[in-house]
Amino acid sequence: MRLQAVDVRLGYGDRVVVDGLDLGIEAGTVTTIIGPNGCGKSTLLRALGRLLKPSGGEVLLDGKRIDRMPTKEVARILGVLPQAPTAPEGLTVADLVARGRHPHQTWYRQWSSDDEAAVGEALSMTGLGDLGERPLDELSGGQRQRAWISMALAQGTDLLLLDEPTTFLDLAHQIEVLELVRRLHGELGRTVVMVLHDLNLAARYADRLVAMRAGKVVAAGTPSEVLTESLLAEVFDLDAKVIEDPVAGTPLVVPIGTRPHP
Amino acid sequence: MTPPAPETSPATAPAPRSPAAPETSPGPARVRLPHERALRVGPASWLLRLRSVTVSVILLAAATLTMALNVRIGDIPMTVAEVFQAVTGDGPNHFVVMELRLPRALTGALVGAALALAGAITQAIARNPLASPDILGVTTGAGVAVVAVIVTAGSTAGGPSGDLAAVGIPLTALAGGLAGALTVYLLAWRRGLDGYRLVLVGIGVTAVFTNVKYWLLTIGDVNDSSRAMVWISGSLNSRGWEHVHPTALALVVLVPLTLLGTRSLGALRFGDDTVTGLGVRMNLARGLMILSAVLLAAVATASAGPIAFVALASPQIALRLAGVAQPPLVVSALTGAVLTTAADLVARTVFSPVELPVGVVTAVFGAPYLIYLLIRARKEARS
Repeated sequence: MRLQAVDVRLGYGDRVVVDGLDLGIEAGTVTTIIGPNGCGKSTLLRALGRLLKPSGGEVLLDGKRIDRMPTKEVARILGVLPQAPTAPEGLTVADLVARGRHPHQTWYRQWSSDDEAAVGEALSMTGLGDLGERPLDELSGGQRQRAWISMALAQGTDLLLLDEPTTFLDLAHQIEVLELVRRLHGELGRTVVMVLHDLNLAARYADRLVAMRAGKVVAAGTPSEVLTESLLAEVFDLDAKVIEDPVAGTPLVVPIGTRPHP
Repeated sequence: MTPPAPETSPATAPAPRSPAAPETSPGPARVRLPHERALRVGPASWLLRLRSVTVSVILLAAATLTMALNVRIGDIPMTVAEVFQAVTGDGPNHFVVMELRLPRALTGALVGAALALAGAITQAIARNPLASPDILGVTTGAGVAVVAVIVTAGSTAGGPSGDLAAVGIPLTALAGGLAGALTVYLLAWRRGLDGYRLVLVGIGVTAVFTNVKYWLLTIGDVNDSSRAMVWISGSLNSRGWEHVHPTALALVVLVPLTLLGTRSLGALRFGDDTVTGLGVRMNLARGLMILSAVLLAAVATASAGPIAFVALASPQIALRLAGVAQPPLVVSALTGAVLTTAADLVARTVFSPVELPVGVVTAVFGAPYLIYLLIRARKEARS
């Protein structure tokens, strides 16, 4: 297990969102967390990325408590792309992506050739090689999202946590991002944990799905184990048919209608 | 939020990659960070922004020039030769130059640099170009403390004067400034420090302090109050070496520590989750940077009173001069030094023989600039 949540309780202030949750992320897998809005997916991802400290239980990175490791050391192992990240105005794409090298830098080593190579590779992997000098504010939503992903890639971490990396993207760009994730996993052996809303894309691009509802893990396993008609009813209150995706052979959800909330 | 620009032509967008035939990534391209050059010496490496370096050199020259003008121009007219003579030897003007004009000009430059640096840090932490160390409670805290001391100690105790005033007022200002900052910090802290909350709490506390200050002025003796007014406008009048030395000493310690935090400050401009994700100990880094802003502003205010707008305007002028998106620390500090010494030149000479407090001049120039920034911010918000 590279990353593990053990009996975690998560929340904001007095509001508990997730309670008593256990989850393990195995090395070299792509795990996608699915679930209805407000079920605690992003909260869980933030806790796995030590952006949110559990009020109970613990998060372990390679067996060590993540909150007791120096945060800079964590940042060299694990990269996080938060949901709707914000950047200061006037930043260029290259500036943003270069910022991903922060955990590898010190006051006397601010732009090594390693940094430069990592940033160049991250830019070209996301197809932004030509846009480096463009201000971030001038990009389209899709390009901006790719710039943020590029920054997470430049961080050069084995583990990547991506919170809804496909928001703001049209279908073609969603596929492009997910293909990138697949390459990171397939060619570079990276471990990826994502939150996605599109169940069919989740099924196609993930090794493992984790379905959550009301702060609990309802089911976890391969896409065909998890994406069943009964689970969709239980987790999403959705009547749907699940057929085989004619292209990828993974489960394909065809919605029929919503069910009354229990 | 600007609306998303239309996607660039499909030709520049990468073709969708098929999972069966993964495209091998092209070799790492050379990355050009706009306007920056890498400086690598062995394992060490830095980024140099050529324009920032050039601008810094020009500003340093400008600061030297305005200080030189401050030394030469005044009630006692001098030629350049006479000034040199006064500096090197003990000519007739030695006292005027070395004991009156030079320390005053130096105090102005140091105080301006400190205020501007504090302003650049505050604007970065608050993620707001309209923030200034005033919202950290430093300047108004110092104001209340000094006015309280002048007004209460005034008529009854014979008033602080001479050496007592020269040492007592700055110390009072320093203590008041730090107490004011502590008040804001404690009220703003809630499981961490949020820039937005800091601004709101700071504005509230500043309003309370300001009103207490005015209340003290109204109940005080007329003569005490008018002396207090000069101080709270920010004045470099009769600043001597006793003001230069502590300010310089404080800056020698604080500026390098602040500059070491430049990288953290760059990261802190991002959203909280991104900051933590990059491995920055957010609350520690933010706390240390605020502390250095507070100390810089407190030291400056202790020397010259709360000079208005220098901390607000300098970082914004500096980022435009340097052509960068966010206030650069060194350029901001140098801009502050130039602004303050230039404003003091105006304050000393324009209505001669009447000397204005330098804070009045910076306010007269600064207020329209603030309005300009507000209009610009509104336009950006609309577009």
